[in-house]
Amino acid sequence: MAEADKEFKWVGTRTIRPDGVDKVTGHATFGADFTLPGMLVGKILRSPHAHARIVSIDTTKAEAVPGVKSIVTSADFPEITKDNAIKGESPPNFHELSQNLMARDKVFYDGHAVAAVAATTRAAADEALALIVVQYEILPHVIDVDDAMKPDAPVLHDDMITAGIDPRPEKPSNVAKRIRFSKGDINEGFAAADVVVEKNFTTQPVHQGYIEPHAVVANVAKDGQATIWCSSQGHFMVRQYCAHVLGRQIADIRVTPAEIGGGFGGKTTVYLEPVAFLLSEKSGRPVKMSMTREDVFRGTGPTSGSSMTIKIGAKKDGRIVAASAELKFQAGAFPGAPIQPGCMCCFAPYDIDNVESVGYDVVTNRPKAVAYRAPGAPISAYAVESTLDILARKLGMDPLALRELNAAGQGTRTAHGPTFGVVGYKETLKAATNHPHYKAPLGPNQGRGVASGFWFNVGGESTASVSINEDGTVTVTSGAPDIGGSRASLVIMAAEILGVHVNKVRAVIADTSSIGFNRHTGGSRVTFALGMMVTEAARDVIQQLRERAARIWDIDVEAVDWEDGEARPAGANAGDFPPLTLHDLASKTGAGGGPINARKSKNVQAPGPAFATHICDVEVDPETGKVTILRYTAFQDVGRAIHPSYVEGQIQGGVAQGVGWALNEEYIYGEDGRLQNPGFLDYRIPVASDLPMIEAVMIEVPNPTHPFGVRGVGEVPIVPPMAAVANAVEDAIGLRMTDLPMSPPRILDAIGRKG
Amino acid sequence: MAEVLLYRDIAKQFTGGQEKIHVDAKDVRALLRALDADFPGLGKVLQTDMAVAIDGQIYHDALLEPIGTDSEICFLPAIEGG
Repeated sequence: MAEADKEFKWVGTRTIRPDGVDKVTGHATFGADFTLPGMLVGKILRSPHAHARIVSIDTTKAEAVPGVKSIVTSADFPEITKDNAIKGESPPNFHELSQNLMARDKVFYDGHAVAAVAATTRAAADEALALIVVQYEILPHVIDVDDAMKPDAPVLHDDMITAGIDPRPEKPSNVAKRIRFSKGDINEGFAAADVVVEKNFTTQPVHQGYIEPHAVVANVAKDGQATIWCSSQGHFMVRQYCAHVLGRQIADIRVTPAEIGGGFGGKTTVYLEPVAFLLSEKSGRPVKMSMTREDVFRGTGPTSGSSMTIKIGAKKDGRIVAASAELKFQAGAFPGAPIQPGCMCCFAPYDIDNVESVGYDVVTNRPKAVAYRAPGAPISAYAVESTLDILARKLGMDPLALRELNAAGQGTRTAHGPTFGVVGYKETLKAATNHPHYKAPLGPNQGRGVASGFWFNVGGESTASVSINEDGTVTVTSGAPDIGGSRASLVIMAAEILGVHVNKVRAVIADTSSIGFNRHTGGSRVTFALGMMVTEAARDVIQQLRERAARIWDIDVEAVDWEDGEARPAGANAGDFPPLTLHDLASKTGAGGGPINARKSKNVQAPGPAFATHICDVEVDPETGKVTILRYTAFQDVGRAIHPSYVEGQIQGGVAQGVGWALNEEYIYGEDGRLQNPGFLDYRIPVASDLPMIEAVMIEVPNPTHPFGVRGVGEVPIVPPMAAVANAVEDAIGLRMTDLPMSPPRILDAIGRKG
Repeated sequence: MAEVLLYRDIAKQFTGGQEKIHVDAKDVRALLRALDADFPGLGKVLQTDMAVAIDGQIYHDALLEPIGTDSEICFLPAIEGG
């Protein structure tokens, strides 16, 4: 019997958060909280230029500053050739990662690291940084994605030939790759349409905005063995990347995870860790590096900005017969914009016979883009879901009814290939249509918008163990950082399987030398993938406990049941024995055959995809252009909510970030290519007073591949908000906003142009 | 036999535009070998930063994943989440 079919005692309950007390009392140890005796302060010198050739770097004067113990530049990093850029089974490209960590021949953006110093005090480190002399030959730069694709644009990488174009281009350009996904015949589809809508859209790069800046302590011993403490989305990732970038063996590096203050994809790579490693190795002392907020904005990756064209054709009854997307995503200084998921996700919610998505991965003189919740999907969804709203208005249809008419479901073959299994998109649409929010009255200058979104979710390599302690308590050990409540969900699943109280189960995130490999926390994978490993390990433990009881009672193991946390004879024929509790069996492990534990490792596959539909109400002030979010309701197929409070938190957090993306967030560059707003005063993310209470409506369509029906929940909530807000703005003031952010000046400008 | 669905651009490059190919293979590795034997170079392309969907379920690094006789097989770019 699948767990998903049973009545649950713990799954679906709002148990006390394992990390809650530590966090609210200030006891939790984040990356910057760790200290070691004799520790040095490490700091980075960053390029003031958007694009320049490094002529020379002179560190002589800096080395003479009292207290300075080590200085590193790209000369201290092993050169990784293009031919040797990929290690193992998957990205990243270590040739480019190494250059992003420390500029080698050229700087590619304002904020690109060029040197680093470790000193006994922050003042000494700052003084030394000021004395490093870097001679630059300034080159023309390009910030905007459309500008970067022009034939006369400054080319960042002289050897970049666009992949995916036949015949292969002869000249280098800023377009790293062109990709295309298609199904059916797009021309025939549009020819058969009664109504065709086409629109251009742009979005700005936005930062993940995690509250905790990057921080690390590295301590490298004389024999080369290194210990690193840092907050990241994957300490195994940190170990692997440091080893590959620095040419070390993995077993010589041990990484201990700190508590993490937000990541959202932005901490799925390294910035400081290899630098701190080298500074520590050269100085023979532990080195701590912490970014300022300015460092975070100038030196770490946002997600891509974009320029997009969407075209949708439909019959008069609303049936969509053709849809196309041309998506240009800026990757920042090195290739790797999330253009593939952007292309694959944008039409995934719909069953359309003729579809084509073409995408371009374009480099620009900005920090290299890195993952941000459902990478790529929110960007293209903004454009597609806005165009659908225009189509609904043109057809005179209710926007949810238009979506429901065309909704993908089980058996729909997607444009990116696979045919959907059990998915819950239609359920989110039905729930939204029937919710009181959708029928609530609106006032003057107020409007309502809806939008939907899709995200794949992922599984990946995972290891977890379940150990029974001597007193019958349980320790669950895993190796993926807990960012969104995974400790709580793993504890609940273990308690549910073992039949014990959740307070008897504790979860630990082990360091890289104490548990097997785990892929980083990302892709909404941990509760799904590690939950599966914990479930399997707990079942293994139960089997061991049954065997112990069978031995004690001298009966066959098949005659022993495990119920409510204790071994019981399976019926009258098994014998008349008093139950053996977990405590009874745990206290006799020495005589019973040794410790009881189980470890499970697997490359967990087949995650269930996630769909969401959002309703947003806004009020637009026609005098100031300010958009106020009045009410927001998010409907999401969550598979099975193991801990509903955390799931609601994920949904609310995704919406909040999406609202910031929609209304305010943008990088402002000067003509000189320098970032002008590297701080939260000028780069405005939403604060509590900007948002209403976001209602999260959890719809449970269990994922059949998971024992409890879990689907990842952390990413799809950020996919619909930008379009939902834009559609609400049009409903309020009759203006279609096609460029993000919809900040007060842009709204006022649009109102002014409308007259 | 399993039905393999190829992207149009890949089909244009390797199979003369044939987007649906039927292959008899017990697992993903055997499938890739069979495709590579019939269309040289295709197997390598389908293994580079690609995931495979078997009957709608997506697998990464899954050479040994079994394939049913009537399975639908798609290769798609590997998914990296945030």
